[in-house]
Amino acid sequence: MNVAGRWRWWELLLWALAFAAPFGLAGHALIINEIAIVALFALSLDLILGYTGIVSLGHAAFFGMGAYSAALFAKLVMPDPLVGLAVGIAAATALGAVCSVTILRGTDLTRLMVTLGVGLILMELANKLDWLTGGADGLQGVVMGPLLGRFAFDLSGQVAAVYSVTVLLVLFVLARRLVQSPFGATLKAIRDNRLRAMAIGIPVGQRLVVVYTVAAGAAGAAGALLAQTTGFASLDLFEFHRSADVMLVLVIGGVGWLYGGIAGAVVFKLMQDALSSITPQYWTFWIGLFLVVLVSVGRERLVRPWTWWRP
Amino acid sequence: MNKRNFFQAVALTAVALAAGQALAQDNTFKIGLILPMTGQQATTGRQIEAAAKLYMAQNGDTVAGKKIQLIVKDDTSVPDVTKRLAQELVVNDKVNVLAGFGITPSAMATASIATQSKTPQVVMAAATSSITEASPYIVRTSFTLPQASVALADWAPKNGIKKVVTLVSDYGPGIDAEKFFNARLTFNGGQVVESLRVPLRNPDFAPFLQKVRDLKPDALFVFVPSGAGAAVMKQFLERGMDKAGIKLIGTGDVTDDDQLNDMGDGAIGVVTSHHYSTAHPSAANKKFVEAFGKANPGLRPNFMAVGGYDGMRVIYEALRATKGQGGGDALLAAMKGQIFESPRGPMFIDAQTRDVVQNIYLRKVERKDGQLYNVEFDVIKDVKDPGKSR
Amino acid sequence: MLTLLFDGIAYGMLLFILAVGLAVTMGLMNFINLAHGAFAMVGGYITILLMQRQGVPFLVCLPLAFAGAAALGAVLERTLYRRLYHKPHLDQVLFSIGLTFMAVASVDYFVGSTQQILQLPLWLKGRTEWGEGAWMLGMGHYRLFIIAVCAALTVALQYVLARTRFGSRLRASVDDQRVAAGLGINVNVVFLSTFAVGSGLAGLGGALGADVLGMDPTFPLKFMIYFLIVVAVGGTSSITGPLLAALMLGIADVAGKYYIPKLGAFIVYSLMIAILVWRPQGLFVRQGGKA
Repeated sequence: MNVAGRWRWWELLLWALAFAAPFGLAGHALIINEIAIVALFALSLDLILGYTGIVSLGHAAFFGMGAYSAALFAKLVMPDPLVGLAVGIAAATALGAVCSVTILRGTDLTRLMVTLGVGLILMELANKLDWLTGGADGLQGVVMGPLLGRFAFDLSGQVAAVYSVTVLLVLFVLARRLVQSPFGATLKAIRDNRLRAMAIGIPVGQRLVVVYTVAAGAAGAAGALLAQTTGFASLDLFEFHRSADVMLVLVIGGVGWLYGGIAGAVVFKLMQDALSSITPQYWTFWIGLFLVVLVSVGRERLVRPWTWWRP
Repeated sequence: MNKRNFFQAVALTAVALAAGQALAQDNTFKIGLILPMTGQQATTGRQIEAAAKLYMAQNGDTVAGKKIQLIVKDDTSVPDVTKRLAQELVVNDKVNVLAGFGITPSAMATASIATQSKTPQVVMAAATSSITEASPYIVRTSFTLPQASVALADWAPKNGIKKVVTLVSDYGPGIDAEKFFNARLTFNGGQVVESLRVPLRNPDFAPFLQKVRDLKPDALFVFVPSGAGAAVMKQFLERGMDKAGIKLIGTGDVTDDDQLNDMGDGAIGVVTSHHYSTAHPSAANKKFVEAFGKANPGLRPNFMAVGGYDGMRVIYEALRATKGQGGGDALLAAMKGQIFESPRGPMFIDAQTRDVVQNIYLRKVERKDGQLYNVEFDVIKDVKDPGKSR
Repeated sequence: MLTLLFDGIAYGMLLFILAVGLAVTMGLMNFINLAHGAFAMVGGYITILLMQRQGVPFLVCLPLAFAGAAALGAVLERTLYRRLYHKPHLDQVLFSIGLTFMAVASVDYFVGSTQQILQLPLWLKGRTEWGEGAWMLGMGHYRLFIIAVCAALTVALQYVLARTRFGSRLRASVDDQRVAAGLGINVNVVFLSTFAVGSGLAGLGGALGADVLGMDPTFPLKFMIYFLIVVAVGGTSSITGPLLAALMLGIADVAGKYYIPKLGAFIVYSLMIAILVWRPQGLFVRQGGKA
């Protein structure tokens, strides 16, 4: 993204392909849906990790909050997907605002631990309030109404995939406006050197709270999408491995570059799917090996095999 | 990764995907077996897969002119993954039957897919009562916790056990076990002093067992999922609870045949109630255990394996009966009401509830031929799931 | 209640031995090593396999677990870790998670995923009880053993840090690596040996904890969070910091689960968050030391 604000031709092509995919690759609509959701989740993490430098291992807290809110709303109040999405985003944003006070102070490590702790507490809460959340069995009986009153969520997943890609696009555009604005510039300043940013008068605390809340809302949107398209919400959404996976996805794709989340989601999900159908039991080994090689060789060099043998 | 690399990556993966498209076969009967092959319940997945493959090896892979294809998928015990895998199996691979389901949440998550696509779902492991009510296409060949717990609650008061503390894992089957055991024990004149629940993931039994120790009941009733029994047993013995006069009773999951032999002599004398023991003295079982041991050296079949074995039997016989005609509905109808002799004893699939009706045995851990076994000493015949026949 | 205190202390000391290696390497090399749990698992499995398959006595397995994990740590440090010291923290996190995944899957492949059962020698299986009723102190002999071993190790570690030349070199490298190198201290050797010893201690902790905590291939993932809590709350610049943090964590965890089983896990996490928000550098940071 060299010149701020302008859409490059390849971006337009990319999004056109993304929308065509659920129809062209009809058999893969399900995984396209998943990729879109993970991409959105990674995008939300990029806002705080890539652009502001906050290392968070508990981002799944907002993901799960959005998912459960949307699922409960659909089950108890009204099954309309779009209203449910709004409810999910609102709930996650509120949670993000509350939790943002915990990340204001401390080193990388303390922030890591605090975010981790918040995520785990949310999971325990969901487990304890099992009369509301269904506990370890998960929330059953969530039936979504048709989208916009006309498109029902079918078994093949096409409606779901288009829905998720649309929401991804909308939030992507919003995020892009955010990071390319003066506000976004202050975020990058905070990431690069917090002390200096404070010295030139940037209200660091306030910025952190705002960006953390916004990122929480976006993560909540991803969670709500997942709950709505699968009709199910379980405690696993709050698990540590969700936060770890999304961070992996983002780093694979590249931080600080909004397409990083999307790129990482595509690569990671496809790789995971392909590997686990070959070796259903030991695919984590190959993922681990891939990560070790990726980091040892250097993230930039991985997709350029001719550079591997240079020292 | 900049945009050029991104394009390359996407292009590579797209090619890989296209190349991996399987060609659809016309005369095959596909069984989608979704199991936890990794993670906390991995032993369940391995036992069931081994048993399913054993059944196929013993009975051939062609029934009613169709070739049987077993597609095994790992859901890592995460219900979201189970649901997605089930959806893919139905939509992409066009399976005729969904089977497996290691834990209750996985089975429940798949129910709506079974109903929507009219695909029979054979539950081989999960054990909560309400599962069969989640979809009219669900058939179960494993067992339910109320079946096992009620039997024990009848036996205990007749053998000097009046005060009991219950300790269960905090999820569907555990809560079922607790509820039915408590109700039946109180009905029989016993008393449940306290009901403790341990979190399902990463359980730490030590503080709970300490609490039990301080309450000094006649017995401790335990339910934990298959695989966690060893940890409970170890903590129980370490706290000196057997010396303090507290008996350990529970459903057979706590003396799971898979782990029993490694538990040591401290486990001797523990009374459990369950639907299957490797030491069940029937000809069918001896054959099963031998064949299983030969195909999987060092592995002893447990109740999960027998659930998988019988599940395959139900599918095979249903396919034979429908002669490959009709869709899911015909297959489902042929599954209901099947009566047969399983390695566990006689059993049948109730046509109304689609659940399994079987014998529940009371067993005691004893050492035979140098190994530890659950030796049956009493039986309650044809137990229907109490969770439904209320 | 006294029994609970005793159990909590045993648990805390075990956590300390498991986590102290992580604290020192984090403070020394500023390397976030999330694969630390994998070394503990290696030690645990070495012990279990030697005892089950070769019949090696328990006490002999302990130093073997230490040596095995230390050797593995030394090899990995020299070949892989050393190249990543100057990379950003994110890369280190990715790398160590990748290593952990590989370790977990390899153990699963070679040994299987059932939880391994350790048969303790008879003299460790007993239990001594003093007092009556609420004030009863029930001490499992094995936990007594753990406390004794860990206490001895702590004293030894403190001695090495404070009284030996190696210890002073280590402390110097932690405080300021460049100046230490400038003074002629061979920082590479210090790193290598510290990493090896830290991993060895983790392996020993894994061997000791195999019975109490349960050993299966998911061990690193399950307990990594606890190690990180000990390091974050205790700080990385001393040994007493993580020790006190581990004891606090152990007692809070055991007591919480006993008295308020519904809120057991909350207590630990909330306590940690409260402490870290109040004192972001950790509770026990030495003045002037690097955070």
